[in-house]
Amino acid sequence: MKLRTLLSRMKWFFTVALATVMLTGCNGQFVVLDPKGPVGKQELDLIILSTVLTLIVIIPVLIMLWIFVAKYRDKPGNKAPYKPEWEDNKTLEIIWWGIPIVIIGILGVYTAKTTFALTKPPVQNVAPITIQVTSLDWKWLFQYPGQKIATVNYVEIPAGVPVNFVLTSDAPVNSFWVPQLGGQEYTMPGMALTLWLQADKPGSYLGMGANFTGEGFAHMRFHVIAKPQSDFNAWVNHVKQTAPALTKAGYQNLTQPSVTDQMSFSSYPDGLFEATVNKNGGIYMPMQQGNMKKEDTPADNNAMKNMKMGQ
Amino acid sequence: MLESIKTFASHFFVTGDPMIYGADASIVLVTVAILFVLTYFKKWRWLWDEWLTTVDHKKIGIMYALAAILMLFRGGVDALLMRTQLAFPNMHFLQAEHYNQIFTTHGTIMILFMAMPLMFAFFNIVVPLQIGARDVAYPYLNAVSFWLFFFGAMLLNLSFVIGGSPDAGWVSYPPLSELAFDKGPGENFYLLSISISGIGSLATGINFMVTILKMRAPGMKLMDMPLFTWSILATCIIIIFAFPVLTIALALLFIDRLAGAHFFTMLHGGNPMMFINLFWMWGHPEVYIVVLPAFGIYSEVVSTFAKKRIFGYKSMVASMMLISIISYFTWTHHFFTMGSGADVNTFFAISTMAIGVPTGVKVFNWLFTMYRGRIRLTLPMLWTIAFVPCFAIGGATGVMLAVAPADYQYHNSYFLIAHFHQVLIGGVVFGYFAGLYYWWPKMFGHVLNEKLGRWSFWFWNIGFYVCFMPQYALGFMGMTRRLYTYPHGLGWSSLNLVSTIGAFMMGIGFLFQGAQILHGIKFGKRDTTGDPWDGRTLEWSLPSPAPHYNFATIPQIKGRDAWWTMKEEMKQPGYKKEPVHIEPIHMPKSSGRPFIMSVFFFIAGFGLTFDWIWMGVIGAIGVGITLLARSFEYDTDYYVPVDEIERTEAALGRL
Ligand code: HEM
Ligand SMILES: [Cu+2]
Ligand SMILES: [Cu+2]
Repeated sequence: MKLRTLLSRMKWFFTVALATVMLTGCNGQFVVLDPKGPVGKQELDLIILSTVLTLIVIIPVLIMLWIFVAKYRDKPGNKAPYKPEWEDNKTLEIIWWGIPIVIIGILGVYTAKTTFALTKPPVQNVAPITIQVTSLDWKWLFQYPGQKIATVNYVEIPAGVPVNFVLTSDAPVNSFWVPQLGGQEYTMPGMALTLWLQADKPGSYLGMGANFTGEGFAHMRFHVIAKPQSDFNAWVNHVKQTAPALTKAGYQNLTQPSVTDQMSFSSYPDGLFEATVNKNGGIYMPMQQGNMKKEDTPADNNAMKNMKMGQ
Repeated sequence: MLESIKTFASHFFVTGDPMIYGADASIVLVTVAILFVLTYFKKWRWLWDEWLTTVDHKKIGIMYALAAILMLFRGGVDALLMRTQLAFPNMHFLQAEHYNQIFTTHGTIMILFMAMPLMFAFFNIVVPLQIGARDVAYPYLNAVSFWLFFFGAMLLNLSFVIGGSPDAGWVSYPPLSELAFDKGPGENFYLLSISISGIGSLATGINFMVTILKMRAPGMKLMDMPLFTWSILATCIIIIFAFPVLTIALALLFIDRLAGAHFFTMLHGGNPMMFINLFWMWGHPEVYIVVLPAFGIYSEVVSTFAKKRIFGYKSMVASMMLISIISYFTWTHHFFTMGSGADVNTFFAISTMAIGVPTGVKVFNWLFTMYRGRIRLTLPMLWTIAFVPCFAIGGATGVMLAVAPADYQYHNSYFLIAHFHQVLIGGVVFGYFAGLYYWWPKMFGHVLNEKLGRWSFWFWNIGFYVCFMPQYALGFMGMTRRLYTYPHGLGWSSLNLVSTIGAFMMGIGFLFQGAQILHGIKFGKRDTTGDPWDGRTLEWSLPSPAPHYNFATIPQIKGRDAWWTMKEEMKQPGYKKEPVHIEPIHMPKSSGRPFIMSVFFFIAGFGLTFDWIWMGVIGAIGVGITLLARSFEYDTDYYVPVDEIERTEAALGRL
């Protein structure tokens, strides 16, 4: 049996593998495990809780497997007890039906709590900002209904302020994901879903499309740049003064399949987002706008009312 | 004229890629070689009489197994191509379009044309023998099922060289898979090939459910059935309810594409979310369809090789039945992020975690079957032991994914890829390997080489962890699935390289298995006893391979582990063998019609793929005629005469 030599040859391999994992870990690139906002933090808490709870089952399984296989091998002279007819034990079975049920009870309660919590703004005492996100083939368009500006493939937000991302798609279904701020939500044509995220501190966070949309999908990355409120306001003014306007034709251009760089626009056609949702149907289901306060979108109040989606 | 033929041909045959030229060449070469060998050795008659027209469930099972192993090879090559592309950042080995086609065919083939047929192989090879039956309930239908699967699989494989492969993922969500975004015939290949083979799957589910409920040997109560047979019964129940849903979903999508309907488009009231719901109403039960038979295999293997009765038989049965029900209440966990309310997400999160309970219970029962047993580390047992930690970890990450808010972070990331490969490979593939090693002697009459098998085992297992553990980490690093390339500087490079190395180790493991099969054909030790493992269930009471009528006399069953009990009885002092009383055996006749009808299905499918309605109509007419011909056929069965049975049994040393 050449197993031992094989294993010893594998050893260097494991060392290398382990070392790379450790090294990359030190660079802080495990973005999901390194949240920079309250949403991501709550999700990380659940990740840790679920890991610990499942380990309660896994570890005994691994230990028992190891011991049983070692002890009850069919070797000549094995003195371990052998009971070929033993097939039933109520106590044992109650234990392993019962413990997982308890574990899932605990995990279920925390899951329910967080699931409901995440539909609300992470902090209640700060007025939120709304950003409308449209996934296109193969780029991201961000519109600021409160500021009347738009960007492509990057989005700036004020730090410490809850952001209500309203998501739709003018292309196949994508998913809007900024791991360090929190989990993702689908962007779907004809619908507007909401996702609350918040950055605690200024910084630049990588975002991406997570649901496959064809050829250019791999290039659908963007940056979320969180800034102090005053810097954010300055940036808005800067865009308003320096960037070109997004016209209807310009938007048509963006919807064509292509991969593009970052862009900024000082304004965009009134009701563009709502028109996009309506154009693609907009009647599938009532918009999930329950948590969205009307005063967040002053400029679009009228357009919002006219949307068909509320039917 | 010539010009138009040329343009047609250049659209029809996929060209412009060395890989595809390679495939073209090898398809032609293999076809020529097969034609030559069959003609040279005058094997056409034999092929037709013995295989293409057979209704013998054991032969059908073998054909399923061989086709599935070929498909495992094809899907595996796809996997290695993808992993090669991902080994380094900014690779230029595959283009986006090509990568998308490959992950789509890989997923489709692995689930529908590898796991499903391999599972049906076990249905066919084992179930009738285990319950003491001479045949399945509907042998003719069984042949139809096989050939529909076979030609469905051929249709999908053809897409690689003709017209182009589907590229919207194996789940093919609209609107991406609608005409507006996906013009080519690829998506049609996907829809039609799955639909054709899906008819066969549904028929198999019905067939084996009836077989198990109606054809058990006298005395075998439901609670005496071997756990493998139980697992198949549970599987059949799921198949019968799940496959119609898939058929409808795919049919609606196909009507959208072919006839311009708007079931799942974005306009005119269509709703793509409906497809996603329907798909996963089949899709989640589907994962239990493929894993339950593996659970059955583990149960048989553990109790045989621990030389002990299975622990907690009733719990095992109850847990399988629970799984088959709960699996219908979990489908939304595939799209927690699709905007269902918090209440809906919570319900499906908890129901998903709940399915972990009966699954976990089974693991403990297997462990306690080993406890105080006598464990022989044969190949089937090795794979079973390797399954336990792999599946335990995969199950745990499954519970983690079920936590809806946490899933917002895992969804569509490499964490998910690692999880489902861990349960699909660690649970399903390991189980089917265990089953293949376990029943190989029963199928072919010889035992496979242990040493090659052990090499393969270690390459597969170590390769598995090297390949998929880094992918959990990549998920935490924000790497999303279905990326054909990624840039430097995200920290993904080294882990991807490690993962690719692991994939190739599994590839080597597969090569060892190929070598093992070839070695077995040439040098395999004959199994003359019919019971090489000292088994416990009825199939081991028969010679290997079993004669075409299975049992010369139908056994009388007294309790569980029927063959083990009989062996114990035979060991009693004063045991006297009862005289065998042989009667003529009623058997179905072979028929070429299932094969021919499936060829017509293939013709119809191919025509519709290219929107050639005339060809679709020809195929449909052919199907209709073969169906009609069957209903006018009265001479479908015969009796095996007593002297033939006596001769066969005597030659096998059974009289
Ligand atoms: C044998 C080793 C295997 C390797 C190395 C492997 C590798 C891969 C890779 C690289 C992907 C693409 C990931 C992406 O880009 O999103 C993938 C996807 C997939 N694999 Fe495997 N795989 C293996 C076996 C299997 C098996 C046995 C099954 C099922 C029984 C399976 C089912 C799937 C499915 C369903 C997908 C998703 C396809 C899609 O995204 O549409 N794989 N696999
Ligand atoms: Cu939707
Ligand atoms: Cu599922």
